[in-house]
Amino acid sequence: MNTASSITDTPPPPRNDEHSAVSGKAVRPGDRIFLGLSRGSGIALLVIMAAIAVFLTYRSVLAISGDKANFLTTLDWNATGLDPKFGIAVLAFGTVVSSVIAMVIAVPVAVGIALFISHYAPRKLSSPLGYIIDLLAAVPSIIYGLWGALFLVPHLSGFYSWLNDYLGWTGIFSYSQGAARSLFTVGILLAIMILPIVTSVSREVFLQVPKMHEEAALALGATRWEVIWMSVLPFGRSGVISASMLGLGRALGETMAVATVLSPSFLINTSLLDPGGGTFAQNIASKFSEADEFGQDALIASGLVLFVITLLVNGAARLIIARRKEYSGAAA
Amino acid sequence: MAKRIDVSGLSAYYGSHKAIDDISMTVEPRSVTAFIGPSGCGKSTFLRTLNRMHEVTPGGRVEGKVMLDDENLYGSGVDPVAVRRTVGMVFQRPNPFPTMSIFDNVAAGLRLNGSFKKSELKDVVEKSLKGANLWNEVKDRLNKPGSGLSGGQQQRLCIARAIAVEPQVLLMDEPCSALDPISTLAIEDLIGELKERFTIVIVTHNMQQAARVSDRTAFFNLAAVGQPGKLIEIDETERIFSNPSVQATEDYISGRFG
Repeated sequence: MNTASSITDTPPPPRNDEHSAVSGKAVRPGDRIFLGLSRGSGIALLVIMAAIAVFLTYRSVLAISGDKANFLTTLDWNATGLDPKFGIAVLAFGTVVSSVIAMVIAVPVAVGIALFISHYAPRKLSSPLGYIIDLLAAVPSIIYGLWGALFLVPHLSGFYSWLNDYLGWTGIFSYSQGAARSLFTVGILLAIMILPIVTSVSREVFLQVPKMHEEAALALGATRWEVIWMSVLPFGRSGVISASMLGLGRALGETMAVATVLSPSFLINTSLLDPGGGTFAQNIASKFSEADEFGQDALIASGLVLFVITLLVNGAARLIIARRKEYSGAAA
Repeated sequence: MAKRIDVSGLSAYYGSHKAIDDISMTVEPRSVTAFIGPSGCGKSTFLRTLNRMHEVTPGGRVEGKVMLDDENLYGSGVDPVAVRRTVGMVFQRPNPFPTMSIFDNVAAGLRLNGSFKKSELKDVVEKSLKGANLWNEVKDRLNKPGSGLSGGQQQRLCIARAIAVEPQVLLMDEPCSALDPISTLAIEDLIGELKERFTIVIVTHNMQQAARVSDRTAFFNLAAVGQPGKLIEIDETERIFSNPSVQATEDYISGRFG
């Protein structure tokens, strides 16, 4: 109180209570309200998570205990009648394979676009480009699905035949004529769908690279590409991984676009180009409305598996980021 | 090894703003030249024109000539990347590559310049770290990240990185301003050793430092904020600090300015 008044040279405001300037209530009403709000939100989040987990687990246990076949390995989905036999093998395969294809295609392209916007394009070009990328993220997935089914599918047949001619011997890229409603087509479509999110997060990270790291490389006589290689990419590494995980999350859970493009079947094709297969989300969407209560339980059980897969993928990404934490740019 | 710098009629711009105006000077090889002057007088900008780092800033451009012995750095066929490999730079804030180990930091410039055998790299890294008086402190942890070192050690690591490629000239932009007095002393001692091998130009706000480390001192000033910075005079350090020929220099050095 003394210090404050001696600095400002104005008399302290009159106080109508007998407290001195420094004593008083430790907690003000505003603090208390904000504390309550934030603590309440935190607790609400935990309660909702717990409720979802309990619900999913309970219904899944009902389904799995009623399954007359192995839930993990069965290549069929028949969840009605007295002898229900269903398993997630096809769905897990289809989900993982289509998402991996999407990542392999999308991440390098997204990093390329992000680098172009952040480090190559003139400023006049970079902001409209960034805007267009963000716009892509706003397109509803059913639109992507329609475009995929009506444009991508017919146009990919020729490319798949070409792949079959040169790489058909691998088995993975063999293709017998027909509509290209395959996992590979789904992968390409998913790649286009996750491109915007991976690009815009990566771009933000690349723009945050401290100038002094880039100048360090420049002053050693690095070319623009070498600056990116020495300073920008190492700094952005964990950000790109996080961005990829966001994209992967979307790819794993994408429903409408996959359901529109894929011609589903309950078998695991060695060929990625031939139609068939399925994903968790697509299978739930196409079967849920017609399922009885036990059928719903079965679909919920498959949803739980998707949830676990997503958790595992995220955990793995965190491990990758943490492993080289002491080398991360944030520590400097 | 060390070359002479001959600057004539050099002006630098940020967009339409002229930051430094018509500077001419000669920097002697194997000596330390210090740039002093108030903030905003363009001494750092001028330093950055000497290895073509100024033009990296958006809108940055340069007029005039910088001769390194008999080669104009701003000649038509000159590659700025090649210039920066010849004229090394140390920055105000230590900036080791955070994702690289101590070893890789020192080896970074060599790896840019071409392929080296592992044993060659090891020798150069050891020699450079010894040259930067850092070897004894880090020889047991060359594979640890450079960002784990103290500020002064990081700055010496940056010096090691800069001298590993054997530049002709070493530019230092306030290399001690982020360091404590003990680390500063270590860097100043190091500058005294390095001038046997390199031409050194150092920007500093610390006039005692300029007096301690440099052979020649250049004083920069600007007429008013928004006006371009100018070279007022350059002379033997002893003369600048005892009997400068321009009144403005004496005012600045003795603390009478404004």
